[in-house]
Amino acid sequence: MFETNKVLHKGTDYKATQNACKLCSPLGASVAYKGFEGCVPLIHGSQGCATYIRRYLISHYKEPIDIASSNFTQDSTIFGGDRNFKLAAQNIINQYKPKIIGISTTCLSETIGDDVTLFLHELKSEDFDGKTEFVVASTPSYQGTHIDGFHEAVASVVRKFAKKAAPGNHINLFPGFISTEDIRLLKEIVADFGLETAILPDYSESLDNPVWDTYKRIPEGGTTIEEVEKSGSAKASIEFGTVLNLGKLSGRVKNLNVTKTGAQYLEKQMDVPLVRLPMPIGITQTDSFFEELEKLSGKKTPEKYTKQRGRLIDAYVDAHKYVFGKKAVVYGEEDFVVGMCAFLDEIGIEIALAASGGESGLLEQEILKYCPENGNKITVREGYDFESIKEWCQSNKPDILIGHSKGYYIARELGIPIIRVGFPIHDRIGGQRIKHLGYAGTQELFDKIVNALIEYKQDSSPVGYKYM
Amino acid sequence: MPNKKNYINGLPDPSEFKEEMLKKYPRKVAKKRDKAMIINDPAEGQEILANVRTIPGIITQRGCTYAGCKGVVLGPTRDIINLVHGPIGCSFYAWLTRRNQTRAEKGDPNFMTYAFSTDMQDENIVFGGEEKLKNAIREAFEIFNPSSIGIFSTCPVGLIGDDVHSVAREMKAELGINIFGFSCEGYRGVSQSAGHHIANNGIFKHVVGNTDRPRTGKFQVNLLGEYNIGGDAFEIERIFEECGLTLLSTYSGNSTVESFAYSHTADLNMVMCHRSINYIAEMMEEKYGIPWIKVNFIGADATAKTLRKIADYFGDKELSEKVEVVIARESAKVKAVADLVKPKVEGKLAMMFVGGSRAHHYQELFTELGVRVVSAGYEFAHRDDYEGREVIPNIKIDADTRNIEDLSVTKDDENYRDDLVAKKAQLEESGYEFRDYKGMMPDMSKNSLVIDDVNHWETEKLIEFYKPDIFCAGIKEKYVVQKYGIPLKQLHSYDYGGPYAAFGGAINFYKEMERMLGTDIWKLVDAPWKHEPEIVGSVTYDS
Repeated sequence: MFETNKVLHKGTDYKATQNACKLCSPLGASVAYKGFEGCVPLIHGSQGCATYIRRYLISHYKEPIDIASSNFTQDSTIFGGDRNFKLAAQNIINQYKPKIIGISTTCLSETIGDDVTLFLHELKSEDFDGKTEFVVASTPSYQGTHIDGFHEAVASVVRKFAKKAAPGNHINLFPGFISTEDIRLLKEIVADFGLETAILPDYSESLDNPVWDTYKRIPEGGTTIEEVEKSGSAKASIEFGTVLNLGKLSGRVKNLNVTKTGAQYLEKQMDVPLVRLPMPIGITQTDSFFEELEKLSGKKTPEKYTKQRGRLIDAYVDAHKYVFGKKAVVYGEEDFVVGMCAFLDEIGIEIALAASGGESGLLEQEILKYCPENGNKITVREGYDFESIKEWCQSNKPDILIGHSKGYYIARELGIPIIRVGFPIHDRIGGQRIKHLGYAGTQELFDKIVNALIEYKQDSSPVGYKYM
Repeated sequence: MPNKKNYINGLPDPSEFKEEMLKKYPRKVAKKRDKAMIINDPAEGQEILANVRTIPGIITQRGCTYAGCKGVVLGPTRDIINLVHGPIGCSFYAWLTRRNQTRAEKGDPNFMTYAFSTDMQDENIVFGGEEKLKNAIREAFEIFNPSSIGIFSTCPVGLIGDDVHSVAREMKAELGINIFGFSCEGYRGVSQSAGHHIANNGIFKHVVGNTDRPRTGKFQVNLLGEYNIGGDAFEIERIFEECGLTLLSTYSGNSTVESFAYSHTADLNMVMCHRSINYIAEMMEEKYGIPWIKVNFIGADATAKTLRKIADYFGDKELSEKVEVVIARESAKVKAVADLVKPKVEGKLAMMFVGGSRAHHYQELFTELGVRVVSAGYEFAHRDDYEGREVIPNIKIDADTRNIEDLSVTKDDENYRDDLVAKKAQLEESGYEFRDYKGMMPDMSKNSLVIDDVNHWETEKLIEFYKPDIFCAGIKEKYVVQKYGIPLKQLHSYDYGGPYAAFGGAINFYKEMERMLGTDIWKLVDAPWKHEPEIVGSVTYDS
């Protein structure tokens, strides 16, 4: 297995990750947990995990984000973390009176083999108030990325609460790891179709609060337990993302009988039909989403959206000459990259490189599927880090970078524009309010990309023209 | 702000408030937290409970051992490749997040912008990650050609039995550069403080004394425990240069491993952050006979005091004169700004919960502006940082402290500075204080509330009780506090601001306080019904 002892050369077979293009699993799980009402995330491991993840999320969302820790010490690693876990749970309940404690495991607790589910069994018989529900997601950092953690946590919540019943008229929407503004946008869309929808998870309020009159220890918002219960009797589930946590690196994939995403669980166990779509970015993919909504609601797309769509196409036409043939590098989490590629391909931008730190083994096939015309021309790289992206850019000279803040240094070095999208965005204000989805989100994204290209041309023009 | 309080005649006794805060905790927890909250009386030697484990489930400001070792101490050093051995998260989260600045000469290596990780996967946890680590080292060597590589262990490493130290030795022999490992797994200590100690030990063992560089200045000094957040070190370096002090090395703001290697040729060690770096100062004194003094460059008065103390140490007339010239010129500039700002902010209330020395140092700047500190505490300090170094012999050594190796240091006969030892003895006779830190508590007012490892719940209660005008902490607390309508100044990363050290820094800080304490934004944040009318002037009826 480890026969390679020779020095490995750059660009061939990396062993070390230099400037990673992925985050760790418990971070994703913590975000997902924040999307359920009254949930306090608890990371079962060293306090550094909770502290680092909090500081990281807070620098993106710019909101209070409480994540508790079971604060492992040396002896917990030897004797097990059960005592710390119980004390943590007790203190959270006393301070927060949460509806749910959402537990993510860590490298540490998984390595020593702590069985949190067993701890929970023991808890029940002890002196807890009995009102708090516990959900556990297995999220060691050495399995997959933050996206795996995110989907694992959502699935854990669904597995815990969903109840099978005669199908109603409501639907489930599993949007994946998107911005809070995107969630609000989706809620508006489904409401306009008159569809009662459970967004799983909905952190649009809890991670993007208004100012408060009084301090709220647990921010308002989030999908309620009742809504999750009803997800088992929904008419259908729509799930955004085609890579999800289905990849080869997920530990769970070894056991093929276990379902991976929440929507998949509902389909298999509760017969809730599943519609899986790529992220609705761009006309084509948003159209598919709206078609599904039309089917499910039995209503035609409201005029508001047909107009949005029309304006977006109009903008495509107006601006096509500025974007046509420009070379873009897209990076970030895999489903986001797939969605972004589908959109860029549609507007005539040449995707030079599509890269992700994720290693699902699915990225290339999904990009080919959703960029049918030019997909085979795209260089797709899984398990890539920013140094590899940089190196690639140096020899391939792209015109624009599209991805989160961590790629900024590459854009700076190359002197090309970067469009900040996705997560994390901690060198700008309002990262959580960036729109990506639907006609309206695409419109904003499109304008941003076109204007960045125009600005670049303007800045590097010797004339400094101010008319286009 | 509602209920503007008048503390001109001293702070109120917060005993009742403290009881109320503790009531919420389970009995055992309350007992522990009670000892970590002291109603300060500078006249009495009070004991605080510090550097003990955080209670699980209580949301703490503290980080982990790895954060203290890799993030704090070695993070700001630019010519070493800091390779994190573990799954990806740890390396990613410590990637340029502390806003340490550095100034590499053209062509000099600067690896601070990189986050290196072995990115351990399932199979590495099961079968061990040593081979992957070796390959990562070989690869880093091949690509970057660094002069040293540090290996930082994260939680799983110790558990699966990877021996980073033996890998380091093997790779050192193979590649011929300095390579060393740190057993700084996150769970090793009660906070990042353990990581500081581990980092100190590692640097001392593997780097300090490696090169004997000939003297380059008449007054050679090291600055310890200064991390160049927001460019603090640059401002301090400017002052040193003007005074004619030769700064050999800073641990570790704007630093290089190369400079650590010859830092043992200094005449004096100056300790800024006592908590994170006193170990190296102690070990260097033992091995090389270099005395150390506690200094503080936060605050204009403190800076002047420190500069005079350095000049007194060297006892050189020319140096003293230069120092006085610099102090006179810089103080005039500082005063001009203080005179403008002070009338606007005087009497406001501040609280600060940060670091292992910042909560103390920054009180200087607030005092200079007439802002009153009502409550303060550290995240990861020990008792000596609160109560002064004289309590060190009485500090109970618990299992967590015993976890960390205490290096046994022996005298280096060749490089030992008998001249400095003699100088120290002579100066001590005249009352000059070495190895002296009196801690934060003696500098705080009576009835101020000193709290170690403050948590979320306590922060909320503190705000409700004191209604401070400004709260100083870090990003994790920032938006919590601001939701209460109170501005928060980050004293870890300076919110994109700084420098705040030395004279130029004081000016920046005053101006920042003028803006933060004077902005009208908070009127919008405060719900109108929270305002109680303040009566200004008087109403008279003229008939």
